[in-house]
Amino acid sequence: MEFRRPSPRMWIARQTVLGVSSLLLMALLGALGALLLGGPGGLAGIAISLALAVATWFVERGRYRSWGYLERDDDLMVRRGLLFHRLTVVPFGRMQFVDVTAGPVDRLFDLATVQLHTAAAATDARIPGLRSADAAQLRDRLAALGEARTSGI
Amino acid sequence: MRSASSQAPALAGTWCRLHPLSPVARIGITLGVVVLVGVPTVSGGAGAPGRLADLIPVAAVAVLGVAASVISWLVTRWRVVGDELQIDTGLVYRQSLRFPLRRVQAVDIVAPLTARLLGLAEVRIVSAGAGHQHGRLAYLSNQDAAAVRAQLLALAHGLAAETPEPPALPLFRVANGRLIAASVLRGAWLVVIAVVVVVAILAAVYPAATGARPGESGAETVASLISGIATGIAALGLDTARSVNGDFDFTIGEAPDGLRLHRGLLQKRHETIPYGRIQAVRVIQPLLWRPFGWARVELDVARQPEGHGQGEARQLAHLLAPVATLDEARWLISRVAPGAPATLTRAGAPPRRAVVRAPLSYHYLSIWHDQRWLVTRTGRLRPATVIVPLEKVQSIRLESGPLLRGLRLANLRVDTAGRRWVAEALCRDEGEAAAMVDRLSGLARRARRLS
Repeated sequence: MEFRRPSPRMWIARQTVLGVSSLLLMALLGALGALLLGGPGGLAGIAISLALAVATWFVERGRYRSWGYLERDDDLMVRRGLLFHRLTVVPFGRMQFVDVTAGPVDRLFDLATVQLHTAAAATDARIPGLRSADAAQLRDRLAALGEARTSGI
Repeated sequence: MRSASSQAPALAGTWCRLHPLSPVARIGITLGVVVLVGVPTVSGGAGAPGRLADLIPVAAVAVLGVAASVISWLVTRWRVVGDELQIDTGLVYRQSLRFPLRRVQAVDIVAPLTARLLGLAEVRIVSAGAGHQHGRLAYLSNQDAAAVRAQLLALAHGLAAETPEPPALPLFRVANGRLIAASVLRGAWLVVIAVVVVVAILAAVYPAATGARPGESGAETVASLISGIATGIAALGLDTARSVNGDFDFTIGEAPDGLRLHRGLLQKRHETIPYGRIQAVRVIQPLLWRPFGWARVELDVARQPEGHGQGEARQLAHLLAPVATLDEARWLISRVAPGAPATLTRAGAPPRRAVVRAPLSYHYLSIWHDQRWLVTRTGRLRPATVIVPLEKVQSIRLESGPLLRGLRLANLRVDTAGRRWVAEALCRDEGEAAAMVDRLSGLARRARRLS
């Protein structure tokens, strides 16, 4: 009954995105500081962007670690959130359809997001950062379970 | 009966047009405005070519409107084949709409004023599922609309199409006097009265205070304030009148296949809610109604997301009673949700420490459930009780933010396919909430199997 976690590749992908954007921000802030205030300004700009990067890294790590999902006999549990915890339970019989999506960064790292839809608009069950093969497998498994247990609205 | 015979083929599977007077009913109001604007213009400025020229844009709009609605009538056809309602419409963008009747959630008949004068009515089919449009047949003659509704409902229940509409037994009716009183008793009116009092006091005090100074700036301010208040009162009055108009002569009948709702003063509505499609029931007790012990009872059925049909979605909200005494409300709920409790005891209250998080609503927060029903209550000044059949539960959510976690509390939310309310148990003990997620999902599973 342990929650399953997204692939570690998701963390690598997040870190890569964070690293690249931090480098860009560092260059921008450094150049801006240097232009406005000279050498010390440039250093300050770099220091600020570094501090931001470190803070974001910790937040992102917490977020990454908070994701989890658990397939039980009759329902799927999805857990997420660092500051605001959320746990969603969706019975297989209530699944209307399952989406698999992958953005450009996700595709670079061979990742995909599985999203469950029920007849309730408020249901927010999303599992990001799965290997695409795993995501396809999970989707098929969920769809089969949903089919087997579906019941009228 | 001429048109009745012409519509029958549509139910037998032949493509048919809507009632020939539909374009008239559709543009009736626009046409009325045009006449109202046009006649004084023409009669006032007879002989003056300038005035006639003013009329051209109005006439153009009228002609375009007539042409559009006639074309819309010409290109729209409908029929029922097997257990599917099919509507083909659109001149430039052809649309073929298919409504599987097994998924029909409700069939409504709506008759706006102009249509009523012509003896026409619109049939509206509400079906479940996202991305679906409402099926609208605007307009059919009154008898046809009733016949179509009866047949669609019979088909939706898997009966033969010829099954006559079962008779409805009157269940409940709202006295119009009470409805008007309840519509007027709104919090917004209190605000208006408070503002008027404040302004009156200011007007009484300020001329004396500023009297030494020459000029009329004080009086002008008061005048502008008064006109502002008058606008507010007019808007509020219109809103009140609209709700009275919508819910006038409110009656509910109970038929074997569902509830029949009739309401409306100018625009008549006849709504049908099949049993078993009710996703949630909500009871609201506004602050100003409490001295009278009144409550409003609403129903939620599965439908498409709000905002799709602009103002329509809100109008389609089903009322079980715009205003009823608590006893009547309890009795009505027992009819649509047998066995569901309509009141809550403090036994389901969250732990004491929740006062810190919800000081204003703590005294109303409550949750209760049995094998089949979940009841939750929230609200600060206006308690709102949501009753959800466990077999309709779509998902269960457990949420907590930093503050709640510090207090070892969590919010529990239970979603249904109805789009309007979520059963919310706020500020529960963490451990209790986690246990409740498991218990409720187990009970919901059992309820689904039994249903």
